Amino acid sequence: MTPLNQNRALIGWPLLGHALPWVIGIAYFFMADGYLSLGTQIMIWMLFALSLDLALGYAGIVTLGHAAFFGFGAYAAGLIAIHVSPDPLVGFAAATILTGLLGLITGAMILHTTGVTLLMLTLAIVSIMYEFANRSRDITGGDDGLQGIKIDPLFGEFEFNIFGETAYVYALVVLFIWFLIAWRLVQSPFGKSLDGIRQNPSRMRAIGTPVWWRLVAIYAISAAMAGSAGALSAHATRFVGLSVLSLLTSGVVAVMLVLGGTKRIYGAFIGAAIYYLVQDATAKISPYFWEFVVGGMLIAVVLFLEGGLMSLFDMAKARIFGKADKQP
Amino acid sequence: MLSFALTILLDGLSYGMVLFIISVGLTITMGLMRIVNLAHGSFAMIGGYVAGYLTQNGVDFYLACVAAAVAGGVLGGLAEVTLYRPLYRKGDLAQVLLTIGLVFVATAAITEIFGAFPFPVQFPAYLTQPVDIGFRTYPAYRLFLIAVGAVIAIGLWYMIENSLFGARLRAGVDNARMARAVGMNVSLMFTVTFVGGCALAGLGGALGAGILALEPSYALKYLVLFLIVVIVGGEGSFKGSFVAAMALGIIDTIGKYFFTEAASYMLYIAVFILLLIRPKGLVPAKSVL
Repeated sequence: MTPLNQNRALIGWPLLGHALPWVIGIAYFFMADGYLSLGTQIMIWMLFALSLDLALGYAGIVTLGHAAFFGFGAYAAGLIAIHVSPDPLVGFAAATILTGLLGLITGAMILHTTGVTLLMLTLAIVSIMYEFANRSRDITGGDDGLQGIKIDPLFGEFEFNIFGETAYVYALVVLFIWFLIAWRLVQSPFGKSLDGIRQNPSRMRAIGTPVWWRLVAIYAISAAMAGSAGALSAHATRFVGLSVLSLLTSGVVAVMLVLGGTKRIYGAFIGAAIYYLVQDATAKISPYFWEFVVGGMLIAVVLFLEGGLMSLFDMAKARIFGKADKQP
Repeated sequence: MLSFALTILLDGLSYGMVLFIISVGLTITMGLMRIVNLAHGSFAMIGGYVAGYLTQNGVDFYLACVAAAVAGGVLGGLAEVTLYRPLYRKGDLAQVLLTIGLVFVATAAITEIFGAFPFPVQFPAYLTQPVDIGFRTYPAYRLFLIAVGAVIAIGLWYMIENSLFGARLRAGVDNARMARAVGMNVSLMFTVTFVGGCALAGLGGALGAGILALEPSYALKYLVLFLIVVIVGGEGSFKGSFVAAMALGIIDTIGKYFFTEAASYMLYIAVFILLLIRPKGLVPAKSVL
């Protein structure tokens, strides 16, 4: 796909497609009628899944430890609100930056490994943090969770109330900003080099790409994004539960991502939304049934629908417009 | 003092034996096919539940253990043929996702059938009593585990070192491509070891139920422990996984006695540091790729 084609492709239909998620996001605000906080939750998970897409989808870093960043961001935002400043923006910015630093440090330590060893190291990091948070009751509240978070109104004006209007708009704006960053990032030469690294690291090294640095950089950015999602979650619910650091959290976000489709940006959005719908529908049948369905969906997607739900769009598009427009 | 040290040693060894019985199959299959399999603990869990169900309904304990191994092996074989085969050609990511999906399915199925509460295996009366071992009395159950684990380890070692199948297995782990090129059926070998490994996992789940308690979250909760044994030991390394399992058992036991507060994450920190220094594990299998 040449840049020229790409520019032309941006006009018309695709533009409508790009506007759609945000139109839905804004429309939901006026139509949610009591379900706003559900929308906020979904957007928080969309952001988290998008962060995983950068590390796992684009750069091919196979990790089951992304909950470490989500959880760290959530605890950081909560603790800052309690001990330092109740201003949401201060807490949000600090949590994002600190989580990015955590990603930078841990990434620099572990990203020279690959495969199962890397997977194990990410698991070890999230397990260490889980156990630490569990044991340090006086700081984190242990398994009772971090309580008593009080947040000032946003810009001194918009209060975080039980109806969740402020939280919803706040989450929507944060998601949009990160979406723009991610979009720009994956289209950039840096993003293309990640594509190459995922497909063949040794060849990329041979043509002079600093593979390790690139991986550390995207890992840190992805961590900062996950930290933002965690901070949003802490602000929106004024509570941080120990489960944010659990292995299940890492698993769930991976399910969302592959369900929607990796390397697609919008895959994270669709995946998170569908996940919530399915969880809601199946949890009514039996409290455990949704776990069964989630597992089943993972298996089915891996075996039969490698590109996730987003690849269905490609098929539909190919049907309608004739020849298939192969995605990079 | 000495008797205390011996107690820790015995506790650690019996714990390590359980980890070894469950994980050894995983080590060899991961070494043979370089496949990331996170669902191995599910087979141990299912074996444990089968044994628990049977013993609670009056079936002889040893018979129940055999049934656990058969259940693990049969389910493992089915999973290998239907789900794992298509995975060989796919990347790490697909393997991680599919196998973690299996864990979710197994956990939900077990919860649905047996409930969310811990599920005990009824051990025979003579195993639940303490016996006199000279300097103190000690639970017979743990001595039994050490004995069974030792028999299994020696048997497997003998098979791998001395049988034709063992020689082929070693060749396959060292270099699967070359083994194929000289006419060995590595895929069949993989299926056989996969079934055997899952049967051992089922057996380990049943035998070890007194240490690794059976509950629906078993497969996820102990997943990290099984992976530590495999990866610290070195993928495909039989000796490595034995050493790693024993070391893990003993270190974790020491941690529980002396550092009750920090024990839970001391272990992960140790593994983390070790893997940073030796990414291929303690005893890396001699592989070309």
